[in-house]
Order: sequence, then structure tokens, then C-alpha cells
Amino acid sequence: MLAPAPLPLESLPLRRRATIATIAWELLAPPEARRLREFGFEEGMHVELLHRATLFRGPVACRIGRMTVALRRNVAAAITVTTD
Amino acid sequence: MSVLPLVALVGNPNAGKSALFNALTGARQKVGNYPGVTVERHSGRLALDDGRPVELVDLPGTYSLDPSSPDEQVTRDVLFGRQLGERRPDALIVVVDAANLDLHLRFALQLIALGLPVVVALNMVDLAERDGLTLSAEALSRELGVPVVPTVAVRKRGLAVLRAALTTAVETSGTATPRAEPPVEAPLGQLQRRAREISHAAIVTETPSRRWNNALDAVALHPLAGPILLVALMFVMFQAVFSWSEAPIGWIEGGFAALDEGVRAMMPDTLLRSMITDGLIAGVGAVLVFLPQILILFAFILVLEASGYMVRAAFLMDRMMAGVGLSGRAFIPLLSSFACAVPGIMATRTISDEKDRLTTILIAPLMTCSARLPVYTIIIGAFIPDRAVAPGVGLQGLVLLGLYLAGIVGAFVAALVLRQTVTKGHSSGFMMEMPRYQMPRLADIAIGLWSRAWIFVKRAGTIIALTTVILWALLSFPRAPDGQSQVDHSIAGRIASGIEVVVKPIGFNHDIALALLPAMAAREVAVSAIGTVYAVDDAEDAAGARTIVENLQRRWSLPTALAFLMWFVFAPQCISTIAVTRRETNGWKWPLFMVGYLFAAAYIMAGITYWLAVAAGL
Repeated sequence: MLAPAPLPLESLPLRRRATIATIAWELLAPPEARRLREFGFEEGMHVELLHRATLFRGPVACRIGRMTVALRRNVAAAITVTTD
Repeated sequence: MSVLPLVALVGNPNAGKSALFNALTGARQKVGNYPGVTVERHSGRLALDDGRPVELVDLPGTYSLDPSSPDEQVTRDVLFGRQLGERRPDALIVVVDAANLDLHLRFALQLIALGLPVVVALNMVDLAERDGLTLSAEALSRELGVPVVPTVAVRKRGLAVLRAALTTAVETSGTATPRAEPPVEAPLGQLQRRAREISHAAIVTETPSRRWNNALDAVALHPLAGPILLVALMFVMFQAVFSWSEAPIGWIEGGFAALDEGVRAMMPDTLLRSMITDGLIAGVGAVLVFLPQILILFAFILVLEASGYMVRAAFLMDRMMAGVGLSGRAFIPLLSSFACAVPGIMATRTISDEKDRLTTILIAPLMTCSARLPVYTIIIGAFIPDRAVAPGVGLQGLVLLGLYLAGIVGAFVAALVLRQTVTKGHSSGFMMEMPRYQMPRLADIAIGLWSRAWIFVKRAGTIIALTTVILWALLSFPRAPDGQSQVDHSIAGRIASGIEVVVKPIGFNHDIALALLPAMAAREVAVSAIGTVYAVDDAEDAAGARTIVENLQRRWSLPTALAFLMWFVFAPQCISTIAVTRRETNGWKWPLFMVGYLFAAAYIMAGITYWLAVAAGL
């Protein structure tokens, strides 16, 4: 079976478990990157998209570890995941 | 007096720290400020098992020792003994959320590495169990090498054991050798992996179950239902502010009327009596009647915050806020500003980006605070006819809504302009932990309400009492000769004649010019000032007391009244707001800028309103 293609976290279907493949840290502002690390985002972690504020492409909410975190789309776009 | 041992409560945001603090100290707490910065310092007393008292201080929640906001900076500086006005703690209670150990243990590991005696409070174990997670405090204690006590702060569970462990920790504090400098830290990733290992070792059973939370979020964050729910909640909140407050406002008014009558019956008709009744009782009474509305608004805000909903509201509002260069985080301070801009501006401390925060502070005074309500209510009552424009929709209510909206639109336009000019810069975005929903605890809400009510009452008793008495004096001296208006002859009347020259083009008359000056102390004083002016003036009048509304209708034109309302949407007439802005921005530059731009906006908008109303033949 073919390995699933990586996709940006932003485009992950809701409630589908995935693993973080890469995070384009260089695309994020330093405070943003630091907060993201503090929330436990790193390569290899499981992540799940829970909600999208669809109106005018608002933020997304995702589960990381045992926490729910709200991110803006540009940040979610910098995180690449593969579905489990 | 000997210095009590100091114990600090530390932990991640949303670990239930404040609830634990309230449970440990009860009502015996003090809210102050750290000098130089504007971070609130919550402290209280706690008796150890041997009866020895210790001082407990609740440090702002943070995710690591690498601060990204003024709050988090204080936490780090206190822990290293570098915070002005605070000694280094003798022991720490590290609060971790049992249901989010992976993350919270990472910070706990950093804290334990500081070398201070530590007790870990494994908090909210009941919520973790509800989520299908059973933990072993013993295993956790073994891995961390410090005592671990399971607690449920909101139900006061585990407090006795925690106190016992704390007694031991404080006893050993003399022999501890805390680090003076931040240790050379293991990289975050490495700490995180260690935290995960420990957390796995502590888990006894784990079944994934977050039914409640997910079900609530499915509605609260739904693309369509979510915004509808938010609007409905806001509607209920503002509706309640007006309808629930009617009865208590009546009681307060009745009380002051009785007081006024009592003083008049007891004292001969002298200047002193006039000062007490026309000045003090009328002025303070006019302000204290707003206490019920302020408390209802704050009760809603505190409940929404404690339940975890507020972050969801920020999530829903983020896109709209981003449109004017702000973030969803600005929603909470701005919503609080509808009660009062002072706590609203203080709530901006959670915004880590300096420019986001500054913009939010600068526009917060445009949210219609409760102090504007007396002004709006009385003018609308006097000039806008009480008739329905549609079934159930009154014209008066519509005008009031219009004034609220004018403030919001004004704030958004101001934010947009500010973000392109004085606070130009890259937005730091929006990244927030969404805490689990929780039933708010009555006692926590009550403590929050009490401290706010007290601030308001203190203000009414000091600043407002003083300004109304000063105004009364300025109005009453020098005494006018018979046949002349006391107000025109008084010192205040002469000052007002100077102001009148400036505000005449926008339709303001002498009475308004007179009210604007004392209203700098607080907006609601405008009403009591106008009331005092007419009371002093009417005393000369043989016909005796007209009501303030009759006086207004006799002396003001409709365009003037409308311009006056518009003025109050924008004008920064509140010394407390200016003072808190100075404190929060560490200098005079920004408060002066705020006062300048808001007065300019008020003048222009009131002028436009007046000229249009006159042109329309109103």
C-alpha cells in the first residue's frame, strides 16, 4: 500500500487522526513558533482537526496531546501532516 | 512584625490555580499590584498544620520560564527573586491539570529544577476521571521526586493533605539551596519527552472520552450555530443588564431619597445642608444607582470566563478582529469594557503582542461603558419620544442601540486607522489553548464580583464625592446678588463661559460647558453635575424644584441633545481610564495620545450630528 501523501493540517478532514510530518518553522514569527512548541507541537506528534471557523476562513481548533488549541490558518498551513 | 514565609502558586494557565488559591485562602485575600508593572498581585494568608501562618501568592499562569507577556515576566522574575516588591518564595505549590499532564509536567520539571521546596497539586482529578483517565499520584511522586497531592480545588478536596505536605516543605526551606540563575535548560523537546514518559508512568487507565466537551463544542464552535449562540448570549446579557437591574435601582434611589429627606428634616436650611443634600447625596446617589447594572454585566462576564466559553467566543470573533488588525484575544478585554474600561484595559495583559495590546487599549474607551448609561438614559428619556417604531421595538431603545453601535463602529474604524499608522506592524496572530468547559463555582464568582463592587463603591465614595462637592462649591460661590442667576454668577459659571466659546459651534450651551469639566472625573458626573446646576439655580426660583428632565426640555434643543449624546460616545471623560492607561503603557505618551484623538473625534462627530440635525430642521 502506498504511504498517504502529506497534506497541510489546514486541509485535514475533521476528526481524522494524523501525525505531524514537518513544521515549516521558518514561515512562523518567532513568538508564534515558540508558543507552538510550548503547546507541544513537534514532528511525530498526533494531531486531529476539530473545528474550522469557516466564515471568511477564520481560525481552526485542533487537538494536540490532551489539549485543544486554536490556530490561525497561516499557522495551520505551515504544519504538514500524514493521516494515520 | 516578622516576615511570614512566602509560598507561591505556579502553573500553566487553565490548571485551576486561582480556584485552588481561593479554596486555600477563602475570602482572606488582597489584590494589589507589582510596582512598575501592572500585573495584579493576589495574595492571602494560610495557616499551616502547626498553626504557623504563611503568605500565599498566586502567580500569573505561564507555559514556561521564557516569558512572552508582562504577566509571564512577573512569574519568572518572582521565581528567581528578581521581582521588585516581592521576596523570593520559600516554597512552591506547582499546580498541574491532571487531564493535561504531558504539557503541564514539562513546566513542572522546569520549576522543580529551580531547587526550591516543591509540592505538586495534581488538580482537577475529577475532570480527568470524567475524561476516562485514572492517575497514580504515588507513581508521579516517585518519578518527580517531590510530594504529589491529588486535589479538586472547586470541591475543596485534598486540601488538608496539601497543607500537610506544604508544612513539611516550608520546614525544609531553610536547608534548600535554590538556584540564583536560570539553569542551563535542556531543550524544550527533550523536557517534553521526559514529561511524556513521566505522564505515561502515572497513568493507570485511560479510555478516550470527552463526550461533554465535544458535544458542547459541536454547538459552540459550529460554523453557523456558534455565531448565532454568541449573538444570543450577548443579547441576553445586555437585556438582563437593563431588566434585572430595575428593582435594585429603585431600592437605591429610594434609599437616597429617604436620606435626603432625613437630612433636610434634621438640619436647618444652611449652606452646609445644601452642600450635603445638593452636593454630596445628589452626586454620590446619581452614581451608585449604576452598581446593579455593573454587577450584572460583570456576573455574566465572570461566568462566561469561568465556564471556558470566553475562549470560544474569542475563536469565533478572531476573523472579524483580524479584519481590523486585532486578534480574537482582544474580544475579552473589549467585552469587559462594556462594563468599565478600567478592568477591560487591565485584561489586555493577556495579549502578548505589544502593538495588538496597545491598539486594544486605545480603542477600549469607545466601548459603551456603564458610566455612559446614566447620561444616555436621561437625555433619551427627555428628548426621544417614547413610541414604538415596530411592534416591541421602541424608538428610545433603538436610539440607545444606535449609540452602542456608534461606539463599536468607531472603535473598529479607529483600530483600522491606528494599525496603519501609529501601531503599525506585523500582527502576532492568534494562538490559544481552549480549556475544557467547567461549571463555574458560585464562591469564585462571588469573590470576583465583590472585589469589583468594592472598587466601584470606593470610587463613588472618593473621587466622585469629592468632585461633586467641589463643583457644588464652585457653583455656590461667590453668592449672587438678588435677582441674578446664582449659576451665572458663580466661579464655575465663569469658567464655563470660557469653555462655551470652544463648544458653541457644535451646539453646546452654557449648562453643558459647565457639566463637561467635572465630568472629566467620571462620565456619570455629567448627570449629577447638570442636576446640581439646576438644583442650585432652582433654589432661587420661587416655583421651586423642577425635575431635571423638565429643566432639560426647557433649556436644550433637540440638535443639542443629539450632539451631546454623540459627544459622550467618543469623549474620554474618565480620569480612571486615563490613569490606568498611563499605568499599563508605562508613561504619558499613550494616554495623552488617546485623550487627544478621542476628544478630536468627539468634537467632530458631535459637530456633524448637530449640523445635520439643524439642517434637517429638528
